[in-house]
Amino acid sequence: MDKPVLEVNHLKKYFKTPAGQLHAVDDVSFAIEKGHTLGVVGESGCGKTTLGRTILRLIEPTSGEIYFNGEDITKLKKDNMKAIRRKMQLIFQDPYASLNPRMSVSEIIKEPMIVNKMCSSKKELDEKVKELMELVGLAPRLVNTYPHEMDGGRRQRVGIARALATNPEFIVCDEPVSALDVSIQAQILNLMMDLQEKKQLSYLFITHDLSVVKHISTEIAVMYLGQCVEKAPTEELFAHPRHPYTKALLSAIPVIDISQRGKKPELLTGEVNSPVNPVSYCRFYSRCKYACDKCKEHSYELKEISPGHFSACHMNFTGEIE
Amino acid sequence: MLNDVSFSLNNGETLGLVGETGAGKTTTALAIMRLLPKRTGFITGGEIEFAEEGNLLEKNEEIMKAIRGHRISMIFQDPMTSLNPVIRVGEQIKESFEVHMPDLSDAEMEKKVDEILEMVGIPASRKREYPHQFSGGMKQRVVIAMALSCEPELLIADEPTTALDVTIQAQVLNMMNELKKKLGTSMILITHDLGIVSQNCEKVAVMYAGSIIESGTAEEIFTKDKHHPYTVGLFGSIPDLNKVTDRLSPIDGLMPDPMDLPDGCVFHPRCPKCMEICKTKVPETVSLGGEHLVKCHLFGGGEIDG
Amino acid sequence: MSRRNAKEETQIKSRSQMASIWMRLKKNKMAMAGLFMLLAMILIAVFAGIIADYDTEAIQQNMPERMQTPSAKHWFGTDNFGRDVFARIIHGSRISLSMSIIAMAIAVAIGAVIGAIAGYYGGKTDNILMRFMDILLAIPPMLMSISIVAALGQSMVNLLIALAIAYIPVFARVIRSSILSIKDQEFIEAAKSCGSSNGRIIFKHIIPNAIGPIIVQATLAMGATILIIASLSFMGLGVKPPSPEWGTMLYEGRDFLKGAPYLVLFPGGAITLAVISLNLLGDGLRDALDPRLRN
Repeated sequence: MDKPVLEVNHLKKYFKTPAGQLHAVDDVSFAIEKGHTLGVVGESGCGKTTLGRTILRLIEPTSGEIYFNGEDITKLKKDNMKAIRRKMQLIFQDPYASLNPRMSVSEIIKEPMIVNKMCSSKKELDEKVKELMELVGLAPRLVNTYPHEMDGGRRQRVGIARALATNPEFIVCDEPVSALDVSIQAQILNLMMDLQEKKQLSYLFITHDLSVVKHISTEIAVMYLGQCVEKAPTEELFAHPRHPYTKALLSAIPVIDISQRGKKPELLTGEVNSPVNPVSYCRFYSRCKYACDKCKEHSYELKEISPGHFSACHMNFTGEIE
Repeated sequence: MLNDVSFSLNNGETLGLVGETGAGKTTTALAIMRLLPKRTGFITGGEIEFAEEGNLLEKNEEIMKAIRGHRISMIFQDPMTSLNPVIRVGEQIKESFEVHMPDLSDAEMEKKVDEILEMVGIPASRKREYPHQFSGGMKQRVVIAMALSCEPELLIADEPTTALDVTIQAQVLNMMNELKKKLGTSMILITHDLGIVSQNCEKVAVMYAGSIIESGTAEEIFTKDKHHPYTVGLFGSIPDLNKVTDRLSPIDGLMPDPMDLPDGCVFHPRCPKCMEICKTKVPETVSLGGEHLVKCHLFGGGEIDG
Repeated sequence: MSRRNAKEETQIKSRSQMASIWMRLKKNKMAMAGLFMLLAMILIAVFAGIIADYDTEAIQQNMPERMQTPSAKHWFGTDNFGRDVFARIIHGSRISLSMSIIAMAIAVAIGAVIGAIAGYYGGKTDNILMRFMDILLAIPPMLMSISIVAALGQSMVNLLIALAIAYIPVFARVIRSSILSIKDQEFIEAAKSCGSSNGRIIFKHIIPNAIGPIIVQATLAMGATILIIASLSFMGLGVKPPSPEWGTMLYEGRDFLKGAPYLVLFPGGAITLAVISLNLLGDGLRDALDPRLRN
């Protein structure tokens, strides 16, 4: 087994709010190997976006360790961080808001290379821009166009080209296809998978769309209110979901299969609880149909229940629910 | 831009209107409601027959006002913007009674508000709260309550669950289906999610660049083999949860500019099965048996006679 | 449409930001007219000495030729001291135009930096800077300039400083509010994630996106500064009497409005022309800086 590109241990990020402490990311650990994709799924407000930003130290973590190629980047000073930042990039959800409207395509793609002083001459810079545009499938004639003149799919390609400009090893993809139409979404997903193969990239793929995450990920982590409640290789998770929340999540997706019609999904009652001052026991307790008094005795712990398959539900440990 | 859009819907049925951004789904809905902006929206021809009222396009604004919200209601995509943030939710629901049932006394209206809130699963005591005190799913329930307050015969839901999380989406869709059954409402469900359509609709119409390119019953669309190439592409673009696929097979190219539609079939520049005739001649609607209609030259000619 | 596409396809070489702004500005006829007028006025101001001699024509009193109507010899006529109005306007442009442009340039530069820092960093920095700006803003620019000149003493430089200080808070406020709306956008985060420094983010990403309102505000304020200079001169706090200055000329001419309206008309026209050309250029620049407005 290769050494992981990224390893995150007990990462926590709390925010202070007037109502109390908001546990956006609470004790999350995982590792991603070279060329692999970890999918992070969860509903809005579960802390998946904060997780991505914290790993890149765009938000400073409250505690925990982030090892990138064996080096703990949470302890790095600002200047050393800059060198690491080249190797860790971010692709955004909204390809319109994430591109500076005043800059043309070439300026946007050049930006990271200029900042990191990667090219010695203007000609080299132009050459690199051309290469990157070709790599992500943008026609060379688009070099002087502005974001508002392009459609969502092309804008997202520009965003991907910018992320690739510094030759990163690891990319956080924050809902990169959620804002796109299905036919364009498929084009971008194919592109991202091709690039991963070509450049041996590792992805942290954040999304709420389970069918997308199943398609692209090698491993999936399900998040609920800042905590990772279940983690398993993709096939395993979809074949044998163990945590009650994962089960409910999977059954809530409307499948394109007319024979499944009328089959009642496992409806969750209630709303997502607030991550502000959460309870000390299982955070899913109030919505869980298996909830019992014993749940209140267990604090959060992610345990391996079968090889590679982790769950945080105490009933999974004892085999009480299957 | 809509071009020759036709469909019909019976009592208590749900029609799924599927398509990508810019396909003209919302425009269709607004045209039925006669809510297109005056400056840019023209309905150049055709008719909209509604119940015993006859053609809605011939009605004057006064009659339309009485129909809108009372007999035809609409739910918009974003629950945040369809509620007025400074008015209590109870008041907002009551408003539609005040407009459409002015004969009711104040107490009767309040009672109806309570009933309708309970019906969508919100405790009546919460009617004194403001929209910002509700979560996204709850807000959408309030919007649905408002739309259903006068027990309309037709409900147009424009991407009602797109802004919601999957678990909440399942709750809301489930509730809508139950209410529909209870009240006997017909529904036009506008969405881009084929999964939602397959689980909730009896009839399906697939839109592309302002035209309905394929329509039929849900069984015909989801189980038959013969489809419009665009429908095939749409299905190929979605990662299937039940199958393992290495690569998706998306549709190449982009949606055409509605101001500058291609000649012939609107889909021909992106169509993998494009023929010479597609570039020049607009295809006729062909019946594939039953209610299954396709607008494509592949199925034209003497092959199947409707 | 197709011709434009063909043209664009040949330009695969990437264009710099400045070049594309200039290309867009060139397409705007009104802005080019404004630019042309402004350039003409600046040229006249630079070469004023060649067109008319300062001492003999603009300063020296020439009683025999006083109050003459416009003629071939005196294009704009002469004033009550027999000085040539045309010569005075030309030399006056040196003072009025350069003073207002320099004062605005200083105010915009300092105001933009203060506003940008306050808006970008927020928190305590923002509070301290903006409360100070609020104090300055509470005093009207006119009063402010009067008190500063009165305190520092009467001179051109002090007048310049007074005008700049009076307008700094106006610009700081405008730029801060637009930065607040820009700094949380994702493209700023994108710049951070690739390692851009704060300075680069402010100057390269934030200010170009916030520049529109500033330019409009600046061109409008420039007209106002010309008038403030005139008023201060009138009160004896600005430019000293014999020096030709548009505002002063306007004030002096008002006594003869009935008999010799040209004494007011020409300096007034000069002020109007300067303000209009600045406004036209400002509008054009704002549009040229925003690629989204290109048609």
